[in-house]
Amino acid sequence: MINLTIDNKPIQVPEGTTILKAARMNGIDIPTLCHFELDGMNFENKPGGCRVCVVEVKGRRNLAPACATDVMEGMEVLTHSARVINARKTVVELILSDHPNDCLQCEKNGDCELQSLTKRLGIKEIPFKGETSTYRKDSTLSVYRDMDKCVMCRRCETMCNKFQTAGALSGVNRGFQAVVAPAFEQNLGDSSCINCGQCVQVCPVGALTLVDNISDVLKAIADPTKKVVVQTAPAVRVALGEEFGMQPGEIVTGKMAAALRRLGFDQVYDTDWSADLTIMEEGTELLGRLQKALKGEEVKLPMFTSCCPAWVAFYEKNFPDLLEYPSTAKSPQGMFGAVAKNYLAPKLGVKREDLVVVSVMPCLAKKSELAREELGVNGDQDVNISISTRELAHMIRQCNLNLNDMPEEDFDSPLGQSSGAAVIFGSTGGVMEAALRTAYELHTGKTLPRIDFEETRGFQGIKEATIDFDGFPLKIAVAYSLGNARKIMEEVRNGNPNGYHFVEVMACPGGCIGGAGQPYHHGNSNIIRKRMEAIYREDAGKPIRKSHENPEIIAIYDEYYGKPCGHLSHEQLHTHYFDKSDKLEATK
Amino acid sequence: MANIKLSEDKINIIKEIAKSFGNRAGEVINVLHQVQGKFGYLPAEVQEVVAHELNIPVSRVYGIVSFYSFFTMEPKGEHPIDVCLGTACYVRGAEKVLDAFARELNVQIGKCTADGKFSLNTLRCVGACGLAPVAMIGDKVYGRLTPDQIPGIIAEYK
Repeated sequence: MINLTIDNKPIQVPEGTTILKAARMNGIDIPTLCHFELDGMNFENKPGGCRVCVVEVKGRRNLAPACATDVMEGMEVLTHSARVINARKTVVELILSDHPNDCLQCEKNGDCELQSLTKRLGIKEIPFKGETSTYRKDSTLSVYRDMDKCVMCRRCETMCNKFQTAGALSGVNRGFQAVVAPAFEQNLGDSSCINCGQCVQVCPVGALTLVDNISDVLKAIADPTKKVVVQTAPAVRVALGEEFGMQPGEIVTGKMAAALRRLGFDQVYDTDWSADLTIMEEGTELLGRLQKALKGEEVKLPMFTSCCPAWVAFYEKNFPDLLEYPSTAKSPQGMFGAVAKNYLAPKLGVKREDLVVVSVMPCLAKKSELAREELGVNGDQDVNISISTRELAHMIRQCNLNLNDMPEEDFDSPLGQSSGAAVIFGSTGGVMEAALRTAYELHTGKTLPRIDFEETRGFQGIKEATIDFDGFPLKIAVAYSLGNARKIMEEVRNGNPNGYHFVEVMACPGGCIGGAGQPYHHGNSNIIRKRMEAIYREDAGKPIRKSHENPEIIAIYDEYYGKPCGHLSHEQLHTHYFDKSDKLEATK
Repeated sequence: MANIKLSEDKINIIKEIAKSFGNRAGEVINVLHQVQGKFGYLPAEVQEVVAHELNIPVSRVYGIVSFYSFFTMEPKGEHPIDVCLGTACYVRGAEKVLDAFARELNVQIGKCTADGKFSLNTLRCVGACGLAPVAMIGDKVYGRLTPDQIPGIIAEYK
């Protein structure tokens, strides 16, 4: 242990602790801007570049960046001496001198770390006037880039390269021309970007934001010739409340359904329903592959989950030689869209083009997924518009509603009922657990001895387990972050030495609960933890906890699809993947 | 790497240079240095191959190429012209000499003429301050330059 004083307070911390952490552990909150950490999720950005966290260390001539300076025995640190406060203010004033003054119209207004830092430091004017840097605007279907607002914290770059290993963003050029951009400053959409949107989730300012689709939804609702239905993903209900002052982890399923109805959606459905459908298809597909393997037939194992669109984009761009490994099952968003346009539209008495399917997702990649050509018919996409949890919160406020005041209402039928297995889709390990619950019972014909698979839960980046499938040892792995997924893919490329049968991948920290469309967590990983706890609480409280026991799922197979992985479901609920590695070359 | 338009020979040259540095990501600057030495410049295709050989994202390679002024993505002409803008040359009118080259060749600084004969660049001090202002064409040094000498010098190479 190291003994030191911070602001004259004697403290003791383990060796290797930074001054910043030592201070925070002792209730002293040194302000930061570039530093960003997701505690317990293997993500830290500390380039020491912004110098907002500078402190005075006795005996040291220059001020030290607290985020990048380790404690030493006998150190005396001052975090708010006149010299420190002066330097800190100057640093922020300099950042502001090359930052647009359009806070009022900025997407991040009220949720911006630079804005709150300016307020906290009491900066009332910017004494520095000079040239300002400007850069062209760029957008994919998910992410909007306005580099004029960038403060060069490099969080996005670290997220893109270290956590996701997508390699799309890098610091390029030098000095005043320096900018975070894709290779050759091409458009993000032409780069190796997979639209996970995590750069948006970690951006402290409004340089990287989501593509806002609220007006598309309002327009559709206002159009009398359209019937507008909405589906809401599992992770939304455990995070939406945060936007209305509720504690992280508060479950607002019923209030959300009520709010959606009041916003004017004709029918309010649940992506959880199609998550159950996904499990039927994906679980059956897994059993099919396993049975073939047991018979000695050649079959691709492990099977990977295919719910996460950033993950799908990632393997299409990076592992074109392994396209036959992921499940062909569409994502729950995609399945819902297919069912809505093919089965529901005739039931509601409308043409498919006149049925507008809106999804509310914790995700920005879903905005790109829905535009995939194969997920539509003659240019009419199965899902027409996807908005994020944050956009739904905006819409609710815009329409003069307060989620806190909403009554508890149910989803509409027949695409509204769901099992606990569907709820946990929102968390890392959840799709695996849901699939195990169903695959086990379909395979063995027996009731599960225990319904909770603790080995798939928690925040470990890669979880591995062997599940006893009535004598057959099923080897599974669960990964979040595409960096972890890459490790497993490389193993599979090298012959799958761990003998995995089934692997779940989600791109975002902790799964969809940490998605890029969720309320900003600003690096507070406890918020993501609370959302995860809520997901499992919701599951535990559900009367039905296995997808194959959901009566609305049983009914749609009886009435429409026949059986999982049957002819019609293959046509509508399954998809295929493409080699998009060429996209990586800037030399087209 | 289906879309790489480089010839097989050139790809092999890059591969060999990368290999000589153990294909280590940490050697990227050394690899780029040698590759530029071979080709004269680092076009996008070349950076793609370097990235592939060192197993790093091409965005990172481009980040490095665009950061260091030594690296260039513009081809050099048959006769590369470098005008010194070091302090001594600058105060003795190097900027006017540079402008004269640009005007005479109708080429922007950092670019190559359409016929590929000349490229125009600037550098900082060639250690011949006594001859300021100085320019180099290939390996030949020209000292005490004035703008009116430039058309004559260029004519030597045409």
